[in-house]
Amino acid sequence: MSAPVLSVRDIAKTFGAIRAVDGVSLDVSAGEILGLIGPNGSGKSTLFNCILGQLTPDRGTVEVNGKSVSGRRACDLSKLGVGRTFQQLSVFPQMSVLDNIILAGQEHRGGLLSRLIGPSDAGLTGEADRLIEFFRLTHLRDEMAGSLSFGQQKLVDAAMAFMAGPSLVLLDEPAGGVNPTMLLGLKERLMTFNREHGTTFVVIEHNMEFVMSLCSRIVVLAEGRIIAEGPPEDVRANQTVIDAYLGG
Amino acid sequence: MAALIVAPLGRTDYVIYVLSSWLIFSIAAIGLNLTLGYAGQISLAQASFMGIGAYTTALMTLAGVPWLIAAPAGVALCFVVGLMLGFPALLVQGHFLAFVTLAFNTLFFLVARNEDWLTGGSYGLSNLPRPAFWAFDTARNLPFYYFTLIVFLASAALMWGVVRSPWGRAFRGLRENPIRAESLGVDTRRITLLAFAIGSAYGGLAGALISPLVQYIEPSSFAFSQSLRVLLMVVVGGSGLFFGPILGAAVVILLPEFLRFTEGYYLMIYAAAVIALMVYCPTGLIGVGRRLGDQLRPKREARADLKLGARS
Repeated sequence: MSAPVLSVRDIAKTFGAIRAVDGVSLDVSAGEILGLIGPNGSGKSTLFNCILGQLTPDRGTVEVNGKSVSGRRACDLSKLGVGRTFQQLSVFPQMSVLDNIILAGQEHRGGLLSRLIGPSDAGLTGEADRLIEFFRLTHLRDEMAGSLSFGQQKLVDAAMAFMAGPSLVLLDEPAGGVNPTMLLGLKERLMTFNREHGTTFVVIEHNMEFVMSLCSRIVVLAEGRIIAEGPPEDVRANQTVIDAYLGG
Repeated sequence: MAALIVAPLGRTDYVIYVLSSWLIFSIAAIGLNLTLGYAGQISLAQASFMGIGAYTTALMTLAGVPWLIAAPAGVALCFVVGLMLGFPALLVQGHFLAFVTLAFNTLFFLVARNEDWLTGGSYGLSNLPRPAFWAFDTARNLPFYYFTLIVFLASAALMWGVVRSPWGRAFRGLRENPIRAESLGVDTRRITLLAFAIGSAYGGLAGALISPLVQYIEPSSFAFSQSLRVLLMVVVGGSGLFFGPILGAAVVILLPEFLRFTEGYYLMIYAAAVIALMVYCPTGLIGVGRRLGDQLRPKREARADLKLGARS
């Protein structure tokens, strides 16, 4: 088995008296699509933020492609090949869709000085256009991102996560607020990226239909701990999981 | 461009002096527009950078150093001090950052007023020389205007290059969504510091031109109220829009001159005009222009995505 792209060891995080994450360990293999589910307050987002360096865990380590990323800044993680989306809308509203996508890739091209004296698009327009086409956003290319519908902005947000060619993408509730037709398209696109580029995904999602059909493995969190793990069909039938969701 | 060349011809010395002031304050406002308008970092200290540039240039030129060496030294000093002033911006934002920069401006004013041995204290520094470049002597106001115009055009072109480059996109990313920008690889700490440093350097360049224009500098010319004046130029013209601060500087510097015929009422009319503008068009004069342009232009077709529907 290949070395894990993401390796999380014994991550714990408390907020006052609340143990948001309590000793979680998990490995994600190259090319895997892992779903991270759990009831509200189970610690999914806290774990995500600990992995992505936006929260400092009380203990534990995170490795990406064998390199420790504990304490590293989000911009460093991006340069190590980690892309992400946010639960809330996270585009640059006063920039065009094209500029949003180019910004997502430009910091990975050349040095600081070459980005000042080089071409204004950092030579990325062609690549950005292909990604925009892939996400079926071509007709919105020159629109301000802030003028798009919620679902369209979610697509722009997702597209940005792929612009730098990441090996690992963490998606935080990508289906939230997206209509079923658009969601089907998003799922197809994620699966295509996974198939064609071998991109590894970790997906937090409440939409069970979406996550069960997209992911090859599911990890279930409750009260900051992993309570179940396995293929979607096994997790769906797991009584502990059902109890956790029903509050049993 | 042609208008800028012919504007001072046949005018009185005073008019040429006012036009030169407009160009110089435009440079300072262009710099603040990068820090505030593009990168979203509030700064109430632009006058202090004008002061640092002005005093550095004044002291060096009085010591016999040519302006061409003194001015870059002042600009470089402002770049470094601006970089240092950017560090608090990594820790605090919004009105807290405004207070930090306000405190810096006050600190500069107090140093300029109290350190007589260096700055001449409240009496300031006088008899500041104007630069001469071989046959081109700027001692008279008209050549000095053209000299200022050249510096203005060069600095504006340089800023145009910066805001149109990937740096400009990163500055706007910092303003609109710093957390997202950081997650995409933008080093938001570095870009914040650069926004302060470059904006401050432009303040320094404006100061390096103020010294030879007025030929006399004293601390109150660089007090907090002057920073507010530069801020007003950026906001009135259109913050985050390239030509906004140039237009804003024209309004703040030139409008009071046009309103002088109203005698005692001109400041009141001027203040009322600014208040009305801010209330009815917070995006500044360029924003008014764009709004009018949108109304005059034929209506656009329905948004493409509405016609196409939510395609998968």
